[in-house]
Amino acid sequence: MENLARLLKEHPFLHGLEERHLEFLTGCAANVRYGADEFLFKEGQESNASYLVRSGRIALEISVPGRGLTQLQTIEAGEVLGWSWLYPPYRWQFDARAVEPVRAFALDGNCLRTKCEADHDLGYEVVKRFLRQVHTRLERTRLQLLDIYN
Amino acid sequence: MPAGSEIAAANHSADPMMPRFLRVRRTVKETHDTITLELEDSQAAPRFAAGQFNMLYLFGAGEVAISISGSPGRPETLVHTIRGVGSLTVPLLRARRGDMLGVRGPYGSAWPVEEAARRRSDLLLLAGGIGLAPLRPVIYEVLRRRGEFGDVIILCGARTPADLLYRRELARWRAHPGITLKLIVDRAAAGWSGRVGVITDLLGAVQFDPANTIAMACGPELMMRFSYHELLRRGVPAHHVYMSMERNMKCAVGFCGHCQFSSVFICKDGPVFRADRIERLLGIREL
Repeated sequence: MENLARLLKEHPFLHGLEERHLEFLTGCAANVRYGADEFLFKEGQESNASYLVRSGRIALEISVPGRGLTQLQTIEAGEVLGWSWLYPPYRWQFDARAVEPVRAFALDGNCLRTKCEADHDLGYEVVKRFLRQVHTRLERTRLQLLDIYN
Repeated sequence: MPAGSEIAAANHSADPMMPRFLRVRRTVKETHDTITLELEDSQAAPRFAAGQFNMLYLFGAGEVAISISGSPGRPETLVHTIRGVGSLTVPLLRARRGDMLGVRGPYGSAWPVEEAARRRSDLLLLAGGIGLAPLRPVIYEVLRRRGEFGDVIILCGARTPADLLYRRELARWRAHPGITLKLIVDRAAAGWSGRVGVITDLLGAVQFDPANTIAMACGPELMMRFSYHELLRRGVPAHHVYMSMERNMKCAVGFCGHCQFSSVFICKDGPVFRADRIERLLGIREL
């Protein structure tokens, strides 16, 4: 557990987090690995985790009728995948596939929700960090939508 | 090597509106809408600096400004990469070996390659789409004089994998031990296992010392604006960021005013600008 806490602390998403919060979050974390082409989750499944990516590449994909499988974005080391566990109905909206072998920390969504409710200081810190991720991803998506190279 | 303005002054002691006529030596189809033309110049060909452009004259059609994408060390082979998007560039895609083109130039300002060498700076090149073409001469210079620069990072974005330019060279640059190269596309296609997203994403994937980095960005204006802000956010000083601007250039020597950008002319004051000097102009809608 001590080792996991030390490793978690090194992930950019958790940089600067207070020790007591980090300790609290470590109880929700697990080390996970996925092989190339393995799915982390699929659209419609229950969303029960966030993934703090340590290495590898994950593609967010969706199947579009008439167009087939479409890759929306890739998530890399140092980034975070998934926040659908934050709000009902707690379902993934896209498929996430490991394009190459992936190592990540999985933060259990149910555990996070419970701990954030129990400690609002932690909750504020966690939500603020997820909001930054959402903000960055939204900015990125807007740029993609502009299709600036066309 | 002298800066772009010095080269331009030396080369244009004669009538700057008079083209010389050069033969197409080779054409390379880069993508479905982009080709590279190699023009045969004389041994006494005007020298050019990385970042400068020529006016290419297509008989019966007119003139268009195109950045030079070849090596400054080989001025006798003038190389231009052209994306067919307008009434002049689309016909240029049909140019064949042996065709004659009129050429005026080189014109404009240059990338700060010499400044980077003098300071032994790290280089961060951000190329979006056809924007890799005006940056390629920088890469050639870096490869020719690798020991004069610090770390070299090249970040390339394109619409799709099929729109990536110079794919063989990209593979060579990627394999070069002194270069870090990262690619990203807006939209993936089957078989693409690289990154999908926007070019600013790549800034998070590379390590660089912001204070010792000179960044050069070329691509759609919006891409350069976002890249500039992201570079500032990551601590690169504003006066270390350069971008190559594009406007409707006609005379290329500041006579006609077609490319006027507030108080500057893109053709003679640019196309390469230090970003902090034009920053306030970038957000003005009317410009």
